[in-house]
Amino acid sequence: MTAITPAPGGHPLIGLLRLARPMRRELLLAVLAGAGACGAGVALLATSGFLLARASQHPDIVAISVAVVLVRALSVGRGVLRYAERLYSHDVAFRVLADVRVAMCRKLERLAPAGLAAFRSGDVLTRLISDVDATQDLFIRGIAPPLTAVLVGAGATTAVLLILAPAAGVLAAGLLAAGVLVPLVVATAARRAARRAAPARGELGAAVTDLLNGSAELHAFGAVEAGLDRTRAADAELTGLARRSAAASGLGAGLTAVVSGLTLWGVLLLGVAATGAGHLGRVPLAVITLTALAAFEAVTALPAAALQLGQARSAADRIAAVAGTPDPVCRPDHPFPLPERPVTVSLRGAGVRYRGQATDAVRDIDLDLRPGRRVALVGATGAGKSTVAAALFRFADLSAGTARLNGRDLAGYDPDDVRTAITGCAADPHIFDATIRDNLRLAKPDAGDAELAAAADQARLLGWIESLPQGWDTPVGTHGTALSGGQRQRLALARALLADPAVLILDEPTAHLDPENRRALTADLLAATAGRSTLLITHDLEGLDQVDEIVVLDRGQVAERGTHSQLVRAGGVYQRLAEAQGDPR
Amino acid sequence: MKPLDPRLLRYSAAARGYLIVTVVLGLAATALILLQASLLAHLLAAAATGTGTAVLAGSLGALALVLAARAAAGYGGEVTALRAAAAVKSQLRRRLTDHVVKLGPAWLCQSPAGHRSGEVTTLATRGLDALDPYFARYLPQLVLACVVPFAVLIRVGLADWISGVVIGVTLPLIPLFAILVGLHTKAVTRRQWRLLARLGGHFLDVVEGLPTLKLFGRAKPQAEEIGRVTGEYRKATMATLRVAFLSAFVLELAAALATALVAVEVGLRLLAGHMSYSTALLVLLLTPEAYLPLRAVGAQFHASTEGAAAAADVFAILDTPVPGRAARASWSRPVDLRTDTIRLNGVRLAYPGRDRAALTDVNMTIRPGDQVTLTGPSGAGKSSLLALLLRFAEPVSGRIEAGGTDLAAIALDAWRRQIAWVPQDPHLFAASVAANIALGDPEASREAVARAAQAAGAYGFIADLPQGYDTEIGERGLRLSSGQRQQIALARAFLRDAPLLLLDEPAAHLDAATASRLEESLAALTAGRTVIRVSHDQRSTIGRVFIIDRGRLSQAARVASGPKNRVALAVVS
Repeated sequence: MTAITPAPGGHPLIGLLRLARPMRRELLLAVLAGAGACGAGVALLATSGFLLARASQHPDIVAISVAVVLVRALSVGRGVLRYAERLYSHDVAFRVLADVRVAMCRKLERLAPAGLAAFRSGDVLTRLISDVDATQDLFIRGIAPPLTAVLVGAGATTAVLLILAPAAGVLAAGLLAAGVLVPLVVATAARRAARRAAPARGELGAAVTDLLNGSAELHAFGAVEAGLDRTRAADAELTGLARRSAAASGLGAGLTAVVSGLTLWGVLLLGVAATGAGHLGRVPLAVITLTALAAFEAVTALPAAALQLGQARSAADRIAAVAGTPDPVCRPDHPFPLPERPVTVSLRGAGVRYRGQATDAVRDIDLDLRPGRRVALVGATGAGKSTVAAALFRFADLSAGTARLNGRDLAGYDPDDVRTAITGCAADPHIFDATIRDNLRLAKPDAGDAELAAAADQARLLGWIESLPQGWDTPVGTHGTALSGGQRQRLALARALLADPAVLILDEPTAHLDPENRRALTADLLAATAGRSTLLITHDLEGLDQVDEIVVLDRGQVAERGTHSQLVRAGGVYQRLAEAQGDPR
Repeated sequence: MKPLDPRLLRYSAAARGYLIVTVVLGLAATALILLQASLLAHLLAAAATGTGTAVLAGSLGALALVLAARAAAGYGGEVTALRAAAAVKSQLRRRLTDHVVKLGPAWLCQSPAGHRSGEVTTLATRGLDALDPYFARYLPQLVLACVVPFAVLIRVGLADWISGVVIGVTLPLIPLFAILVGLHTKAVTRRQWRLLARLGGHFLDVVEGLPTLKLFGRAKPQAEEIGRVTGEYRKATMATLRVAFLSAFVLELAAALATALVAVEVGLRLLAGHMSYSTALLVLLLTPEAYLPLRAVGAQFHASTEGAAAAADVFAILDTPVPGRAARASWSRPVDLRTDTIRLNGVRLAYPGRDRAALTDVNMTIRPGDQVTLTGPSGAGKSSLLALLLRFAEPVSGRIEAGGTDLAAIALDAWRRQIAWVPQDPHLFAASVAANIALGDPEASREAVARAAQAAGAYGFIADLPQGYDTEIGERGLRLSSGQRQQIALARAFLRDAPLLLLDEPAAHLDAATASRLEESLAALTAGRTVIRVSHDQRSTIGRVFIIDRGRLSQAARVASGPKNRVALAVVS
């Protein structure tokens, strides 16, 4: 259907516009209706002028009867056409929005999560979403008005040209100045003001964030006034800039009035001179003057359109940046069939290097996951544990070594098929803004209530769910904010257990929990995974005496491996970790 | 909703001044519109009789002046409006931040919807920007809509009473239709826009959750689902828009029909010789001007609601009363926690909007030099007790006293100067390392800061930073690890050198190795001070152990004496 591809070497807006191609009929109708509505407004005033000027010559009523009918028709037509224009342009905008959303979603689906690393920090992703939403305004406010203005401006100029050529020249020059020059000035001034204000805005945001997020510290340490002073200084700086840039912004409003005034005056002067010289009658004089007066309605929306296009350009730039990011994982053209159970996975000398990085995230990893065995991957934050999980989930390609699934190359399977066999909880599992039931059922859409209850029970969540007034239908809020940290982690665990993969991977399932909750959840998840092939990724050594093998990662490499009883006295990284955690054993 | 919130004028002097300027500019604009129409009508009518430019030079010059004045008024109006918007935003922002600071940290944390600081930050920065279009577009248009139609009506009525009657009868139809159609469509439209906004939120949720969706093979179906749902919403929205746009349609139609009606009526009387050409032209030129501002103000509806909503959000916060008697205590008995004992008698704490009390009937005595551990499950009220001692919150009943004086009677600054606090998750400010350590004493010498850093065990990593103590950290600077953040917080406490030390689970988010290093620094800090430490972990208990469970305090069965003590946990679980 549609795909967002950056135009090779072209303007990013072109890429967006290309999406509207299937809707060019609707877009054309919107522009024609808009031009018709605006043109009818100009014609209404011009025809009224004709009507009065002709009537003042006291001719027979027949002479003005056409004008009388026309005036009535134009006044009705203008409203009808404006209505049609609004409907068509909104329809196009919503259709484009739907297409951009789907295309972005497909692209992001291929990128997630490794290819999204650059977009995940801070609110970049949030801004990307609003960029996509902003594309709907592009068509309503950015594209249609200029096209409409061209049609109406050309029509009005032609009409005047037929009556008095020099006046048409003045009108054309005026419309061009108001429709091209003024929007350029306005957009440039706005861009410059925004650029100048950006650091001041940043400082204000930082000052207010510090003032509020650090409010407790400021109060406790008697530094409230200092915090407020900093906010006031940032506010004064930004307000000063806004005051100075107001002059530039006001220029837009003033210039349009100057240009339209000059044009009207020029046309009138030429007209009066021509009438005085006897070249022009009172009727054409009234027509050209009123046309010049009304024609500027077509260009009044253009400064706003220029601003809109400027904003849409930034949005299109960011969308194009995502669209241009290469896929992080290669897909085989002829994948192996779906792997069958039981599943064995082995890594030999495996290394992963992320795109754009100078060093390997992990290297020389040997790892065997066999049916019924539980392996723990242990190491400090940043040791590369999640990268191993990413390679097994097929979120990342290997840059060295081999990965085999049931003896065949892991990369030879369809990545989606791999994840039916190997799945679980990634680090920081996402809880969706939906009900508990929907969040759980995500892992297995056809699961019955009994299956859901069994998975929730294994994660020790069932009692709590059943105690809730809305039970399974309780909404969990954005990012699961209605749940406690422990409940979120347990929900993610229940989801992984419900999926019941051949190989279960749990990446830091007890992260962000206090020691009490950590201990309780560890005990529950060890009970729930007994007899399953499991890879448990953790920096916490609690309960590791129950797993079959422990692999210790240190700075991207395997430092040591063995059982808890072997490693705890081996004098290596593991022993140091164990001692630091005050393990009494 | 009111078109102009009176609180805006009450809270902002700049808004009052601007409103006067806008009214004056609106009156000037009205006069210029009338003048332009008169001059234009006069010129066209005079030229019709063959009068040349030489004779009409005066009128042409006057018209040029009027046009120039209109341009100047347009420029001046825009500049004044934007400047006023900047000034009003600044005034509201300052009032907002001042007031939020007065409301204190407890207000920021204890809203029913969770932490408030994010939404207040957004309001103080981007949120207030909604006032720009409100001041620059909506208010001037509102003034014009109140003045121009009447001025035009009077001018036209004076020139030709029949046309005046036509305008006078049709003009009220515009607001009437606007209200009728608006009433019908507003609720529907708003619901539809809300649905669309929620759809945008759903899209964000899906994109953020893509890794999770992929793991369970649900990502591709979700992409199709988003396309399908967006398509359905488009159909539903277009159905409502078809009705909603009717309002604009009716307004335009009424205005255009009235113009046509006047043009034809005037034309026919002109034909019959009952009227002069110049009067007819004047009526024609002025008639649309009567309807224009009414329609334009309707088009600014969006700007008006957004601006008014942002202002209302600010006022809702400004109207929140500052709690507590303490904040106003002007006199103070000197208090010295090196010698004075703190007593809590039957203290009860409840946060507004919560059913359950955070603390109930708490009795406790803390003597100088005491070492106290508070333990208990999450959310039991441990941090609330510290909040009481920091005076972020005040008891609803019961009494806290120091050296026999009610806490409420002790000046806030003097009291807090006696306390050093190490929170669970310390905030680092967007400033240098040195400024962060010297939070409580900005005048502290570099030597004093370095001594505090040394004592907190932070000396090593600070020396390794690119600019040492001048390295920018926090929001836009270097990111520090949890352990380093805690060390900065400890250094703050060292520099504070206060007799009472409050520790709120300082090691909760640290890995074991970092935590054990932190404990060494803590041991140095606690020596010789009164210490209250909140702890989950029985390994880090000190001195007397108290257990808080569901807001109730009880002392553990025996005094904890070291890492092997398991009393606290035995009671808790």
